[in-house]
Amino acid sequence: MTTTKSKTVCTPVFTDGAEFRIPTFKLLKQDGSLYKGGKAPDIDKEKALRIYNAMVTTRVLDERMLGAQRQGRLSFYMQCTGEEASIIGSTAALDDADMIMAQYREQGALAYRGFTIDEFMNQLFGNEKDYGKGRQMPVHYGSKKLNYMTISSPLATQIPQATGYAYGQKMAGDGHCTVVYFGEGAASEGDFHAGLNMAAVHRVPAIFICRNNGYAISTPAVEQFAADGIAPRGFGYKMDTIRVDGNDILAVYQATEAARKLAVEENRPVLIEAMTYRLAAHSSSDDPSGYRSKDEEAVWREKDPILRMQNWLTRKKWWSEAEEKELQERLRREVLETMKQAQKLPPPALETLVTDVYDEVPPLLNAQFEKLKAHIRKYPDEYPKSAAHAEGGA
Amino acid sequence: MAKMNMLQAINDALDIAMAANDRVLCFGEDVGIFGGVFRATSNLQQKYGKDRCFNTPLVEQGIIGFANGLASQGSFPVAEIQFADYIFPAFDQIVNESAKFRYRSGNLFNVGGLTIRAPYGGGIAGGLYHSQSPEAYFAHTPGLKIVVPRNPHQAKGLLLASINDPNPTLFFEPKRLYRASTGEVPEGEYQLPIGEAEVLKEGSDVTVLGWGAQMEVIDKAVEMAEKEGISCEVIDLRTILPWDVETVAESVLKTGRLVITHEAPLTGGFAGEIAATIQERCFLYLESPIARVTGMDTPFPLVLEKEHFPNHLKVYEAIRESAEF
Repeated sequence: MTTTKSKTVCTPVFTDGAEFRIPTFKLLKQDGSLYKGGKAPDIDKEKALRIYNAMVTTRVLDERMLGAQRQGRLSFYMQCTGEEASIIGSTAALDDADMIMAQYREQGALAYRGFTIDEFMNQLFGNEKDYGKGRQMPVHYGSKKLNYMTISSPLATQIPQATGYAYGQKMAGDGHCTVVYFGEGAASEGDFHAGLNMAAVHRVPAIFICRNNGYAISTPAVEQFAADGIAPRGFGYKMDTIRVDGNDILAVYQATEAARKLAVEENRPVLIEAMTYRLAAHSSSDDPSGYRSKDEEAVWREKDPILRMQNWLTRKKWWSEAEEKELQERLRREVLETMKQAQKLPPPALETLVTDVYDEVPPLLNAQFEKLKAHIRKYPDEYPKSAAHAEGGA
Repeated sequence: MAKMNMLQAINDALDIAMAANDRVLCFGEDVGIFGGVFRATSNLQQKYGKDRCFNTPLVEQGIIGFANGLASQGSFPVAEIQFADYIFPAFDQIVNESAKFRYRSGNLFNVGGLTIRAPYGGGIAGGLYHSQSPEAYFAHTPGLKIVVPRNPHQAKGLLLASINDPNPTLFFEPKRLYRASTGEVPEGEYQLPIGEAEVLKEGSDVTVLGWGAQMEVIDKAVEMAEKEGISCEVIDLRTILPWDVETVAESVLKTGRLVITHEAPLTGGFAGEIAATIQERCFLYLESPIARVTGMDTPFPLVLEKEHFPNHLKVYEAIRESAEF
C-alpha cells in the first residue's frame, strides 16, 4: 500500500524542489516596531517580563561563566548568546509540563522555567548538590521537576527519543507534547531522519526545533547541506513545517504556540527552523576567529534578539532603563555570589562513582568499589576529594 | 503446563506482559499485523490494538531511540530488532543512551522499562548477516543487562523478568531453537532470576559453561564425555551482564577445570572475560588451562558453517583434553 499519489508524465521530469521556497515568518523589527501587517501574539506584561528576565539571566550567566572558565574556575562552558529568542520564545509558548529535550545550548529554556542560579552553579561545578552527581561536563543540566531531560553529549540522539516520549504522552492522553531542540549540524545525523520520519508516521505530539545558527563548531551551514536550510526536509516527511526569524521573540513565540496546537490537538508533529546566529564561540574550547570574520559577527550583533525585545518592551512602556540597570546589577551580583558558594561545596560522595549504573550496584562492581576504597585508604593524600569517604567500608 | 516451542513461549510472555500492564508496547519491523518475521508477536496487534503493537519504519537507530524516549516517559517498550546482525545502527542509542541514561542524570531519569529483543546466532544457513552473536560488544557497556535463554521455559520466565527489570535489558533469542526447541512451559505469569547462572547438572571433573543455543551443544558433548567416565558439571550462564561470578567460581573450585563455549568469534569474546576472572578467583585450584570453544575469528561463513561452528565434537574434544591435561 503506497502513500504516493502521482500523475503520469511521459518525458523524464526531474525536480530539485526549488519550486517550494520556504518563507521566513517575522513580526518584530530590530527597533521594536512590528512589520506591516504583523500582529503581536497575545502576551501580557507579566509573561513578557518573565520571558525577558529569562533572556537577560541567560546572557548574564553566559558572560560571567565564560569569564569564570577563562579564569580557570571552570573546566568548560557553552554560551547560547544570540540564540536566546529561539530558545526562550519557543519554551514560553509551551505548557510548563511539556517535556523539553535539548541539545546542550538551551539553558535559556531552564532559566524560563525557573531553574535557579544556584541550580545552574551546582551543575557547572559538579558539587554535592548537582542533580547529575558531578558525572557530566558543565552545561549538561537536567531537571525532573521542570520537565527538562538531562543533556547527553552525543548529537541528535534526543530526536528519536523525543518522538518516543511524545508517543507515550499521546498514549497517556495527558494533553502534553515534547519539544526537542537541535542545531542544523546535528540535523545531518541519521537520528534526525529517524526521529522525524517516525514522528510523522506514528503521528506524535512533538515539536522539532532546529536552531539554524550557521555553524557546527567551525563548519558553516553551506558545507553542511546543499539544500535551502533544514525546513524543506519537513516536506519529505509530510510534516507541518515553518521557518521563523530566530532572533524575533514574537515570531518564535507565535510559531511555537501554533505548532503546539497542531501537536497536542491533532497529533501533528511540527518542524520549526529558527534562523539565528551563534554569536559566541561553539564552546570555551573554540576560537571563531579561525573560521569567520569580525564583520560577519558585527552584522548579527546588530540583530541581537535581547535588544530587539527590549526595544519592543520599551515601546509598550513595560520596561525602563532604570529597571534594566537594576536587573543587570542584581543578576551579576547573584551570579557572582552564588558561584562563590557553589565552588565551596564538597564534591559528590565517592559512592556516586558506582551508584545509578543500575538500579542497584551489582556484586562484581561492588567488589571493584571495595578494592578502590582500600587503595584510597592506602594513598589518602593522593585522593583528597574522596579520602574521607573511603574510611570504614570493607 | 503446556507444550510450547520457544516462539510460542516468547509470544505467551509478551501476551501476559501486555495484558498485565497497559504501558507495555511491542514494536519493530514487521511486528504488527504480520506478527514479526519469526511470528514472535503473532496476534498481539489483533488483541491489544495498533497503538500498542505496531510496525515501525525500517530504521534500527530510530526504533531504539524511540524506545529510549518511551521508556524515559515511564512506558515499558519491548522493541524488536529483526536480527541481532542489524542491531548496529542502534549501537549509539544502546551504548551511549540506554546504558547511561540513569547514571548521567543522577537517577533523575532512567530507561529501566526498556527491553530489546533480537534473534541471534547461527545454524540456519544465514551467512554473514543472519548468524551473528553480538553479546560481547554490549557486555563491554556498564548499565545494560544481557539475557540469553536456552529453551521455551527459560525464554518465557526470563523475558517476563527482563520486561519487569528496572534496567534496560537486551534479550538475545537463539533463533536456531525458535521452533526446534520444545518443552513444558508453565501457564500464566512467572519470572526467572536475572543475574543468576543455573547449574543444570552436577559433576566433579570438568565445569562446562555456555548460554543460549550452545546449551544443546553442551548436552551432546557431555553425553559423549560421560560415556568415557568424565564427570561434567554443566552451567547455563543465562545472564551475560552482570554475570554470576560466584556460581561459576564455586563450580570451578570444585572441579578444577573449565570449558567455556560460545558461537561468537574467539578474540574479544565473552569467554575471555570469564576465563580472566575465573583464573583470578580459582588460580591455585586449576588443574588445566581454561578452554574456550568458540566460533573462529572470521565473519560468519555460509557453505562452511559446519566447519566454523563450535559444535558438540569440538566441545567434547575440549572437555577430554581438559580432563587429560
